[in-house]
Amino acid sequence: MELGPILSAMRRNKVGAVLIAVQMAITLAILCNGLFIIEQRITLSQRPTGTDEANVFVITNQWAGNPPDLAALQQTDLAALRALPGVVDATVSQSFPLSGGGSTDGIGLNPDQKSETALSAVYLVDEHGIDALGVKLIAGRNFNTDEVVELHGFTDRKQAAAAIITRALAEKLFPGQNALGRPIYSLGEKKVIPIVGIVDQLQVPWVGASGWGSKFSEQSMLVPFRFVSTSYHYIVRTKPGQLIGLMQAAQKKLFEVNRGRVLQKTRSLTEARQKAYQDDIGLAIILGVVCAALVAVTAFGIVGLTSYWVAQRRRQIGIRRALGATKNAIVRYFQTENFLIAAAGAAVGIALAVSLNLWMVNAFEMQRLHVGYAVVGAIVVLLLGQVAVLWPAMKAASIPPALATRAV
Amino acid sequence: MFSYYLALALRSLKRNLVLTVLMIAAIGVGIGALMTTLTLFRAMDADPIPQKSRQLYAVQIDNWGPSKSLPGLGDSENLQPQISYTDAMALMHAHAAARQTVAYVTGAALTPANPDLRPFQVVMRAAYTDFFAMFAVPFQFGGPWSAADDEGRADVVVLSKDLNDKLFSGANSVGKSINIDGRDYRVLGVLSRWQPMPKFYDLNNNQFGTPEEVFLPFTRAIESQMSTWGNSNCSGSERDAGWEGTLRSECVWLQFWAELPTAADAAHYREFLNNYAAEQRRAGRFTWPPHTRIRDVREWLTYQHVVSQEVRILVLVSFSFLLVCLLNAMGLMLAKIMGRAPDIGVRRALGANRRAIFAQCLIEAGVVGFAGGLLGLALTGLGLFGLRALLSEEAARLTDFGFVNVAIAIVISILSTMLAGLYPTWRAAHVQPAWQLKAQ
Repeated sequence: MELGPILSAMRRNKVGAVLIAVQMAITLAILCNGLFIIEQRITLSQRPTGTDEANVFVITNQWAGNPPDLAALQQTDLAALRALPGVVDATVSQSFPLSGGGSTDGIGLNPDQKSETALSAVYLVDEHGIDALGVKLIAGRNFNTDEVVELHGFTDRKQAAAAIITRALAEKLFPGQNALGRPIYSLGEKKVIPIVGIVDQLQVPWVGASGWGSKFSEQSMLVPFRFVSTSYHYIVRTKPGQLIGLMQAAQKKLFEVNRGRVLQKTRSLTEARQKAYQDDIGLAIILGVVCAALVAVTAFGIVGLTSYWVAQRRRQIGIRRALGATKNAIVRYFQTENFLIAAAGAAVGIALAVSLNLWMVNAFEMQRLHVGYAVVGAIVVLLLGQVAVLWPAMKAASIPPALATRAV
Repeated sequence: MFSYYLALALRSLKRNLVLTVLMIAAIGVGIGALMTTLTLFRAMDADPIPQKSRQLYAVQIDNWGPSKSLPGLGDSENLQPQISYTDAMALMHAHAAARQTVAYVTGAALTPANPDLRPFQVVMRAAYTDFFAMFAVPFQFGGPWSAADDEGRADVVVLSKDLNDKLFSGANSVGKSINIDGRDYRVLGVLSRWQPMPKFYDLNNNQFGTPEEVFLPFTRAIESQMSTWGNSNCSGSERDAGWEGTLRSECVWLQFWAELPTAADAAHYREFLNNYAAEQRRAGRFTWPPHTRIRDVREWLTYQHVVSQEVRILVLVSFSFLLVCLLNAMGLMLAKIMGRAPDIGVRRALGANRRAIFAQCLIEAGVVGFAGGLLGLALTGLGLFGLRALLSEEAARLTDFGFVNVAIAIVISILSTMLAGLYPTWRAAHVQPAWQLKAQ
């Protein structure tokens, strides 16, 4: 390799080489952090809820005109929904996964505890809850009918007769032990709540990358209450393939049963997922576009500047060719030159990427960058340089040796 | 002279079209990305009530004490963003500020008078009459309810413009009545368009959402047991069953705002709050030293992290992106100017001084910057269009591209390109005329 001449040529063109190296360094830093964030957001948005998502939809029901006996109206609705052909089961709740709104309880292991052992999202459901959500019971049993009682709005204060908790919550409360049958307490309450069942998975209603719920996203519990209020959600599970048709049929049916209501919103869990993660996916796409544009701009910059260098050195290249250098040797010269610049840029870039990430870890509670990203980023930047330099280098190689003999 | 340099710059740019296009494209893409994200950032970071943002204060009182707090709920100072009903009522009755209001969001079904129309849901805000004057809420018809209405738990409402358009086709509906949850309310006022961004007076949910559709006296909402549709945190506090139990509890679910026109007023109010907390301690309700705080609108927005982490990351990324684009343009400019060294040599030999060459090249950079800025504006339009399609409805609300942003884009573009052009220009000014003439 003719490193000597390359280095001495670079020394005469310091600024150009430094400009390219710095561009590549910043490109590398943004590229690996950007790709890292994209990967995290996409992973986040694909987390399962633990429910039979493809076949569940939710109707938000609001009663108009303050009707008496909301509990009876609710039972009539539920009976009508469950009777619809194609419906597997239906329940009522104050919240549902992916909804972004719900209740949290601090759970303790004894009645006098001051701070909680674990936080848990709370879903109020009747004995149809497990079937309507399609969550998988892996131990214990469903609620008995006699355990389910009415809870009149959020101001009602009743203690749950039983709880079905997620595997993750069980592990948090009783690490390495069997949680079934163990007593738990809602913080500040004296009455024991027995754990009667454990479900494989059920996500909390909040899905953000940060903020409320992000620290305990798999810790949920079902408690046996019929949530009676002017506003709540009907959760309906259908047989596979019948969801779309039933979403319409169910609303029609409810209006047939009683017109004095508002069906504020009806959506499938699939739609709820799309909406819940819209801004995360949006961020991933924006970052993707910016990363692509960045790579393109850097590549064009390299093409432009190298082309200029080639033009500047036409005479010298002609002389080298006349003295016996092959076309390959000329191409290799520019490739080696670019490799040296890119390597320097990549070295600085990795340092820059790591410090940028560390700063974001501090400022935004982000995760630490995986080393793999820095390595992949460095390889991408080196390859980018090689590809970008190819065209100007070929142009250089096509300079005829005869040029050397001509006076310019 | 300027117009002559401008003509020279245009001619020079035309001569090497490929390099010029590459430069303009690089700067345009950089400016486009930056302005797209900066538009989001500026909308989030905006002052929603500039004329009064230093006079309106959100009030916080620690009614839980240092030992009781849910991780992730309180802040590092162990304060909650909302206060309890007990504290809210005490502060309302004390009248220690020029104006004050407690408020919360609720909702219900509205049944239209026309029986053919289906009931629909309305989002409501329960507040005291001072709410409207404090937050400079504009009225189209009528006005707010009176202090006597607050006192008398009157069945009166103020409607948003959109709801009035929907219910009364935009006509003056003052004196008419609407039915909410089976109860008739008399309309006292209709707002004109009002959209504070961010929705600073309640940042718990939908920070960039539209204001509520119906406003009613807080006392009326409490009497009718309208439960909150916003956040309510009880943190395992003991509380009795029923509505009265919730009111007596230490659950925090109410926003409290005070209008304090001068710094002295604010200082007095701080003192008043601490005295109140000390009084509660003497009464045995609090067992810890007074811990209260007031924050004006701007401090409140910062405290509540209104500018999201995502947008901060995007602004950071796009600034770095613009930097790469500028370095790129700088390299190309350098190439271009060095290629023109012979011309510059001739001009210098014919009597142009360094300053003249410097000015001419800098103007050329400015022209590139201006063109890049125009391209950047077009790309910003495209970028914002993309954002609207990608982001949620609430976030898409933040993508209005104002006149100020156009000016910012052009100024940033020209200045940054000229800055990037400084070094190449300096090199141009130091071309040795003799050497260049000899080489030719």
